[in-house]
Amino acid sequence: MSTPFYVSPQQAMADRAEYARKGIARGRSVVVLQYTDGVVFVAENPSRALHKVSEIYDRIAFAAVGKYNEFENLRIGGVRYADLRGYTYDREDVTARGLANVYAQTLGTIFSSAAEKPYEVELIVAEVGSAPEDDQIYRLPHDGSIVDEHGSVAVGGNADQISSYLDQRHRDGMTLAEALKLAVDSLSRDTNGGERTLTAEQLEVATLDRTRPQQRKFKRILGRQLSRLLDEPATGDAGTAGDAAGAESDAGAGAGESGASGKGAKGGKAGGKDDSEGESGPLL
Amino acid sequence: MDFLGEHSPALLPGSRPLPPVQGAIEAPHGTTIVAAAFPGGVVLAGDRRATMGNVIAQRDIEKVFPADEYSAVGIAGTAGLAVEMVKLFQLELEHFEKVEGAQLSLEGKANRLSTMIRSNLGMAMQGLAVVPLFAGYDLDREKGRIFSYDVTGGRSEEHGFAATGSGSVFARSALKKLFKEDFTEDQAATAVVQALYDAADDDSATGGPDMARRIYPIVTVITEDGFRRLAETEVSEIARAVYERRLEQPDGPRAALL
Repeated sequence: MSTPFYVSPQQAMADRAEYARKGIARGRSVVVLQYTDGVVFVAENPSRALHKVSEIYDRIAFAAVGKYNEFENLRIGGVRYADLRGYTYDREDVTARGLANVYAQTLGTIFSSAAEKPYEVELIVAEVGSAPEDDQIYRLPHDGSIVDEHGSVAVGGNADQISSYLDQRHRDGMTLAEALKLAVDSLSRDTNGGERTLTAEQLEVATLDRTRPQQRKFKRILGRQLSRLLDEPATGDAGTAGDAAGAESDAGAGAGESGASGKGAKGGKAGGKDDSEGESGPLL
Repeated sequence: MDFLGEHSPALLPGSRPLPPVQGAIEAPHGTTIVAAAFPGGVVLAGDRRATMGNVIAQRDIEKVFPADEYSAVGIAGTAGLAVEMVKLFQLELEHFEKVEGAQLSLEGKANRLSTMIRSNLGMAMQGLAVVPLFAGYDLDREKGRIFSYDVTGGRSEEHGFAATGSGSVFARSALKKLFKEDFTEDQAATAVVQALYDAADDDSATGGPDMARRIYPIVTVITEDGFRRLAETEVSEIARAVYERRLEQPDGPRAALL
């Protein structure tokens, strides 16, 4: 009978960490940036069906890199946690901190359990507050630790290089168009300093927008709106144009407040006209 | 809901044991809900009264809720149970949407609500019935649709207009005479307010617009732009217009005889 080789616990953990890190670095990156109205998520993702960025709850979103089936599992777990909590208590009682803790526990347990292979994923959980100071971004590496981030974060691929690029250039109070442009610039730099061009089709973009009138602040930026934001000049009038685009999309998504007053005025007029009676019964 | 059933079944309405009671339990009941479709959408409206026997339990209860972005549900029946049912329904639709990445079809939503009402049958037999009206904009067929239910969860699609609750007989009759296929959004909103006024006129459990307290019906509109609840100023404008005309003609607008 052969005796198994002795492997020290340090070595075992280092091997597992190495395995997970390699898996994560193989994928493409996701960057998350704060901008003046919230948090923007930008991922390089040619697939329209498999999302790297998704909604968890009213003010909370999730971004992940690594193995799809593993982070999808975690995402669904997160949605269940959030929905159950919100239903049992109140919608306000679902927080990114609570969710990040649950993820940390799950990832930590899986990482240190010898029976399972470590998850090759790195997650970001972000929550948008009522002001930029209240925004929260948590990064959760494969081993179950939690890092509280501010401003900008990058995970997956050559995250270190992208992070340092973002750290140098990100500032508070950027508009959506500026933040998006910075994110795309950072993603399009490859390891040896060269640049690629990323088109709107290769990007998955979503925001947590605190100015959205709906309760659910998560919104994907798709198609024409995305190309328009990408084409905008990053300086000067970019701010106003970005705001206009935002307002347009909100009206499209329903419950636009500006639409309400207009309809009310119309109602008065229509009622007045109706007094002149048609063949069938008048309304008033 | 399946997950909730496995994980914490105590939170589900259907799985509670019923206490043995004699006769009906006294609990606040919501009353009249009406809906009317118009080209491009549907309006769903409800009065504001909750009654407990002969007592008005609440003057300003809200009985019309958004179910998700493109549908709404109005509830008649036991208020407490109905509000819980709506909460669970909203949760399910949102949960499905987030997990699957796509919305349920309008039929799917209507069927889901049907099952939830059926699970309440035991309570309904003891007088705690919940009978909602479900309305939504069907993105595939591009029109507003209305579904009505009975206590056993039986579901039927209504064409044009529908009403539920204690004042529904009067509201439906009123709406029948007012309804036109080619209503605009504002005309449809006015028609449902008229119908609620008529229901309040003849049914003691339905509340009319309360001018003194500024309590007006809740009117919601669902179009391809999504769910929108009319602001109080908009509803008060309609309710006042209706009220002013009724001062001259208390029974409301006259239909042509032939």
